[in-house]
Amino acid sequence: MKRFVGLAVGVLALCAIVLADNALLINGAGATFPYPIYSKWFDVYHTKNPNFQFNYQSVGSGAGIKQVTEGTVDFGATDGPMNDDQLKAFQDKHSGVGILHFPTVLGADVPTYNIPGVTGALNFTPEALAGIFLGKVTKWNDPAIAGSNKGLTLPAADIIVVHRSDGSGTSYIWTDYLSKVSEEWKSKVSKGTSVNWPVGLGGKGNEGVTGLVKQTPNSIGYVELIYAVQNNIPYGSVKNSSGNFVKADLASVTAAAAGAAKSMPDDFRVSITDAPGKNAYPISSFTWLLIPQKFQDATKRDAIKGFLNWMLGEGQDSVETLSYAKLPKEVVAKEKKAINNIQ
Amino acid sequence: MATTTTALKGAGPVTGSRSFLAKLRDGDEIARLITLLFATTVVLITAALVWELWVNSALPRQKFGFHFFVTSVWDPIMDQFGALPFIYGTMVTSAVALFIAVPLGIGAAIFLAELAPPRISDTLQFFIDLLAAVPSVIYGLLGVFIVVPLMRTVIYPALNKPFGYLPIFKGPSYGVGFMTAGIVLAIMVIPYIISVSREVLLSVPRDQREAALALGSTRWESTWKVVVPFAKTGIMGSIFLALARALGETMAVTMVIGNTPKIAASLFAPGYSIAAVIANEFTEATGDLYLQSLIALGLVLFLLTFIINGLARLLIVVTTQKGSEVGG
Amino acid sequence: MSNGRLRWRKFLSNFMLAMTGVCAFVSVLVLFFILGYLVFNGGTSINWDFFTKLPKPVGEAGGGMANAIVGSGKILLLASLMGVPIGFLGGIYLAEFSGKGMASVVRYAADLLNGVPSIVIGIFAYSLVVLPFKHFSAYAGAFALGMMMIPITLRSTEEFLKSVPRMLREGAMALGASKWKTIATVIVPAAYRGIMTAILLALARVAGETAPLLFTAFGNRFESHGWSQPTATLPVMIYTYAVSPYDDWHRQAWAAGLVLLGLVLIINILARTILSRGIAVPRS
Repeated sequence: MKRFVGLAVGVLALCAIVLADNALLINGAGATFPYPIYSKWFDVYHTKNPNFQFNYQSVGSGAGIKQVTEGTVDFGATDGPMNDDQLKAFQDKHSGVGILHFPTVLGADVPTYNIPGVTGALNFTPEALAGIFLGKVTKWNDPAIAGSNKGLTLPAADIIVVHRSDGSGTSYIWTDYLSKVSEEWKSKVSKGTSVNWPVGLGGKGNEGVTGLVKQTPNSIGYVELIYAVQNNIPYGSVKNSSGNFVKADLASVTAAAAGAAKSMPDDFRVSITDAPGKNAYPISSFTWLLIPQKFQDATKRDAIKGFLNWMLGEGQDSVETLSYAKLPKEVVAKEKKAINNIQ
Repeated sequence: MATTTTALKGAGPVTGSRSFLAKLRDGDEIARLITLLFATTVVLITAALVWELWVNSALPRQKFGFHFFVTSVWDPIMDQFGALPFIYGTMVTSAVALFIAVPLGIGAAIFLAELAPPRISDTLQFFIDLLAAVPSVIYGLLGVFIVVPLMRTVIYPALNKPFGYLPIFKGPSYGVGFMTAGIVLAIMVIPYIISVSREVLLSVPRDQREAALALGSTRWESTWKVVVPFAKTGIMGSIFLALARALGETMAVTMVIGNTPKIAASLFAPGYSIAAVIANEFTEATGDLYLQSLIALGLVLFLLTFIINGLARLLIVVTTQKGSEVGG
Repeated sequence: MSNGRLRWRKFLSNFMLAMTGVCAFVSVLVLFFILGYLVFNGGTSINWDFFTKLPKPVGEAGGGMANAIVGSGKILLLASLMGVPIGFLGGIYLAEFSGKGMASVVRYAADLLNGVPSIVIGIFAYSLVVLPFKHFSAYAGAFALGMMMIPITLRSTEEFLKSVPRMLREGAMALGASKWKTIATVIVPAAYRGIMTAILLALARVAGETAPLLFTAFGNRFESHGWSQPTATLPVMIYTYAVSPYDDWHRQAWAAGLVLLGLVLIINILARTILSRGIAVPRS
């Protein structure tokens, strides 16, 4: 009898803790590419607006698209924009209601590597990168790589390729770029969030790939810039379409978006890989939040709209500290108008 | 059991000719119905699970048929799905695990059953049972931070330098791979082999041993040539149990196998297992064929573990019964 | 028989038996190695923050796993409330009321359920509880874990009830108690220790499960309120942090691993000592 009373008291106490706070929880899931800035934003936004908790789970763009389509999360996030089939699938599941893309930041996929003895930035040509990821360039001292890095001695070690094991927008950006610069890649592998990789290990999330590259000697992987920076692993420069070897940074990523800023389509779905411009970093990309066009819950809708407005204003001020580039002014203006489309 | 009903309160006549409502007033009947309800729930849940798995994996069955099991391409963009790399990876890692765990496990079980004094045997068994209770994600944690570096720095050089010409030891070292996963799995399944084999060995009748010793055999000879063969079926059962555990293991494997859906001869190559691919790709499989192919893989895994578990139980029961029938 | 041959056989005997001893001690040593490694790496990271703070944004050091600890507790509690009654009452049915046919069907189903790989249980829970309700939730996770607790509870309840001596049963009936009263007041209390042990072991087993929670409870940056929100749990946090590149997250993963392992081992040890002090009952 005493045991039951004790148990009941415990359960009630638990309920008390559990029911204490009344903040509205808004769930989102998706890309790991922007996770560092999103987690910062949602944290700051929560301190400014304690009534709203944005719970963002970094599970990969593929899962973000899937779960927002299924309706198990309120919003999604992806660096590989939804294609027409996926958009249609969303509409079919939500009785005709569509889903909107909202760019949040500009980022870059960088080729990051772990070569014992090499601490500086390597130069990579598009042919070298395609060759490595196709499995045709197998050793670090292959002429395709050594040719662009005359001052360095590269070891005769096997290259260990690391890619994503989950459905990833970061992969989308990378394969989108490789498809543009390599006919062989385009026909053999093509672009997508989940492709049939010719070689390599799979890591889960940008986090997993960074972790594997950090721990595996002679490896190379592709990650969003901030992951390489935060973990102090070297990343290389890539030769852009004007022939310059450019390293990813705020200036080069912003330069890549210059053309798109002026001709941004209404649905904001655009690819800026291999962008023209002598200082453009060729593997840059926007990343998007996926917001359904209609919400049943007015409070949720207003909370999300409020966040989007904040994100386009104050939020943009903090992106550069995490090595993301701000959205171009024209895009911000266009988005602010588009927010009114959310009902 | 119901022979003394006439002496009990409110029991009524022995035969069941009372109306349903009258029966219901009897507490026993209510108790029976309630517990029956819960027992049927168990059956219903299991049936629902099998049903869901079957129904939700219809598309790949229709589209690929038997080819699903022998195709090795896993391409979500082209909508081509083949289960072979995952079946291969599951088999290979389990094989490596058993290769390591079986000799160690049986050896330990022999020690515990034949040599160790009962108190020590029980204490050691207690610790081994605790080892079986360690959660798999913790094995994964240790796998990532201990086994993977060990593989890279010690095991790979030790095997690749002298034996690198063999197909199973060829190729570069990734740290992660089939062998790493196999090693982690081995540690996870040893407790199962030890506890069941020990029980089975203990149930071998004393006269078997004593007869062998009386005929002049050494302790080892009596153990290895008489006792162990007697318990052979049960020991096989423990191996099957361990195999079933290894097949279904998810977290520890996905953290150290390399997540690469490719078939490779080398044990140092990265691979994939059925459970690992489901864990990685389930929440993001857009498109029905993709999702259902993953569920089809789940069904395959379920059937495999079901068959092997069933065999295991059969073998173990047969041995312990044999032990109690023959003398002792 | 030649002396040399005999000497060899004796030597072989001693050598092989010594090897088996080595096997046994190596196996046990692994447990202590695991414990030791976790204590060494996790012990230094366990501080008050770990238990009371929420996770920090990516890349920032500090923070803790307060929400995951509470989340795991909530889900385990609910899982027990779901799984134990089904297993317990089903076990009573098997032991006391059922006929042979029904009994074998139920036992077969329970054994089937027991052998299902945990990832497949996750798939099932996702299709049944997450999709229709359109959100990840604590109760979806609890459903998955609860189902895994059923078979152990069911079989153990049945075995321990059956092993209660006939004398106790017949004594109660002779005193005029109806069947259900006998069960409730005499048989179950007699088998109490064994059943409690089984429940604790079932709990320990699901406490460490990660795979089924990946698609049911999902994850939460914050404390989850109520039962219908995504919930952070210890095993999933360990997994996420372990495969990440951040040293601070690794540190926290070790700490969480230590807490989880400690919890599981304590429950196991508790369960086994309860059993060993109780009525001698057959091992299941």
